[in-house]
Amino acid sequence: MRYSALSILLNGLKGNKDWTPAWRSPAPKKHYDVIIVGGGGHGLSTAYYLAKEHGITNVAVLEKGYLGAGNIGRNTTIIRSNYLLPGNNPFYELSMKLWEGLEQDFNFNAMVSQRGVLNLFHSDGQRDAYTNRGNAMRLHGVDAELLDREQVRAKLPFLDFDNGRFPILGGLFQPRGGTVRHDAVAWGYARGADSRGVDIIQHCEVTGIRRENGKVLGVETTQGFIGCNKLALAAAGNSSTVARMADLTLPIDSHVLQAFVSEGLKPFVDCVVTFGVGHFYVSQSDKGGLVFGGDIDGYNSYAQRGNLACVEHVIEAGVSMIPALSRVRVLRSWGGIMDMSMDGSPIIDRTHIDNLYLNAGWCYGGFKATPASGFCYAHLIAKNEPHKVAAAYRLDRFERGYMIDEKGVGAQANLH
Amino acid sequence: MASLITCPHCGQRPKEEYTIKGDAGPKRPAPGAPEREWFDYVYQRDNPRGTLQEFWHHSGGCRRWLVVTRDTVTHEVFSVSDASERAAS
Repeated sequence: MRYSALSILLNGLKGNKDWTPAWRSPAPKKHYDVIIVGGGGHGLSTAYYLAKEHGITNVAVLEKGYLGAGNIGRNTTIIRSNYLLPGNNPFYELSMKLWEGLEQDFNFNAMVSQRGVLNLFHSDGQRDAYTNRGNAMRLHGVDAELLDREQVRAKLPFLDFDNGRFPILGGLFQPRGGTVRHDAVAWGYARGADSRGVDIIQHCEVTGIRRENGKVLGVETTQGFIGCNKLALAAAGNSSTVARMADLTLPIDSHVLQAFVSEGLKPFVDCVVTFGVGHFYVSQSDKGGLVFGGDIDGYNSYAQRGNLACVEHVIEAGVSMIPALSRVRVLRSWGGIMDMSMDGSPIIDRTHIDNLYLNAGWCYGGFKATPASGFCYAHLIAKNEPHKVAAAYRLDRFERGYMIDEKGVGAQANLH
Repeated sequence: MASLITCPHCGQRPKEEYTIKGDAGPKRPAPGAPEREWFDYVYQRDNPRGTLQEFWHHSGGCRRWLVVTRDTVTHEVFSVSDASERAAS
C-alpha cells in the first residue's frame, strides 16, 4: 500500500480498518543470498538498498529483539555532515543528500527537519579550528557558515554568552543539518525492504557462524540454522560478540551512551546546538521536549542503562550553556551501546573470510550515517568492492597506520 | 555500574573517586616486538560481554592502580586488587 495524504483521508473515512501491517513477519527460509545480522537502522537500510539499488531481494535481516529496540531508537536524532577529514566528509555528505530525499524515496514520513546544527566556540583557538572545519566542508561542497557572537545571539538569546570561563564567541552553523524522527527511519526502511521481498525476522538471535573451508555457510540462530551465500554483520554495540563467532577480533570497545528528554516546553530551541567546552548537544522535538545528550559513561558496558555520575556531568554541561535548563525537569533517560572504535571512525569492509562483511565502529555517529552506511554497505556486498566515499573505512587501517581520527584525540575508545 | 567500589587500601569508596582506564587484558609487548604484537596491544580488544578485568585508578583516593573484575552486563563487581599483585603473578 502506498501512503499518501489521500490514503490517510480515505482510510480515515472508513474508520481506519483497512490499514495493513507495514511489513510481514515471515518464518525464515532455509537459505538466502544475503543474511544481514542486526535489524537496526544500518541493517535495514542495507537490506533496502541491496533490494532497490542492486536488485538483490533474497535477503534476510535477523534481529534478536524487535525493530527499533536498539540504537536506532536510542539516539538524539541529529543529522549533520560537518566533518573535517577527507575520509569522512564525502561519506557524511552522501548521507545528508540521502536524508534529503529519503521520505519521497521510501514513501514514509520520517519527519526530516533541516533546522540547522550550530557548534559553539568559546576561544580564539576554537574559532580557528571551526574556521578550518567550515572551510574544509565548503571545499567538499557542504554548506557551512561561521556566525559571530551577535549572529548567534540573534538566534539563541538565552545562551550564557558572558560565562566567566567559557564566553560564547560564535559558532559554526550547518543550515542543512537537523533532526529526523529516528524510529520512523527504522520503520520506513523495514517497510521499503519488505515490500521488495526482503524477509525481516525479529526475535531471531544469531548464536553461531557455521564455516567450512574458510567460507561462511550460514548462521546458527534461536530459530535454527539458516544458510547464506554472503553474511553481513551490522550488530552495532554487539559487533565484537558476533565477530568473535567467526574468530574475528575487532578494534572496538562497547560503551554505554545516554540520552535524555525533558518535559514538553513551548518552542525554545529552533536548531541543534552543541556546547564547545563540555560535550553537550540539544534540540527540541516537535512535541516540545528537549532531546539532549553528552559523553559516553566511559567504561565498557553491554547494559543499556547508564550511571548517575554521567547524568550529572551532562546536565552540568547543559546548564553551563543554557542556564535556563536548571528549571527544566527531565522526563526520561536511556542508554544505548556504542561500538566505539579506536579512532572514532567506522568500519565498512570485507574481512579475512571471503563472504563475510563487516559494518561496525559507529561510535557516537551511527544515526546520521544510517542512509549512507546502508547504501555503501549494500554496494560492498553486491559488488565486493567498497563504494568510493566509504573506501577509507577499512578494517586494516589501524594496522597500516591510516587512522581517521576526526577529533585528534588518540587511539583509545573512551577518548572519542 | 556499582556505586561503591571497595579499594584494597581505602575500603569502600564512591565510584566517582576512580578513573577507569579500560581493559587490563592486553600485555605491553617488548620494545622490539613485531609490529603485529604492538598492533594487538594498542588496538585489538576482546570486548567481552560478561566478565572483564579492567584497570582503574583511584585518582580521588590512594592514587594506586587497581584491577577491577566485573561483569559488563550486570555491572556486578567480583573483585578489586592492587595492580602490582597482578604484575607480580
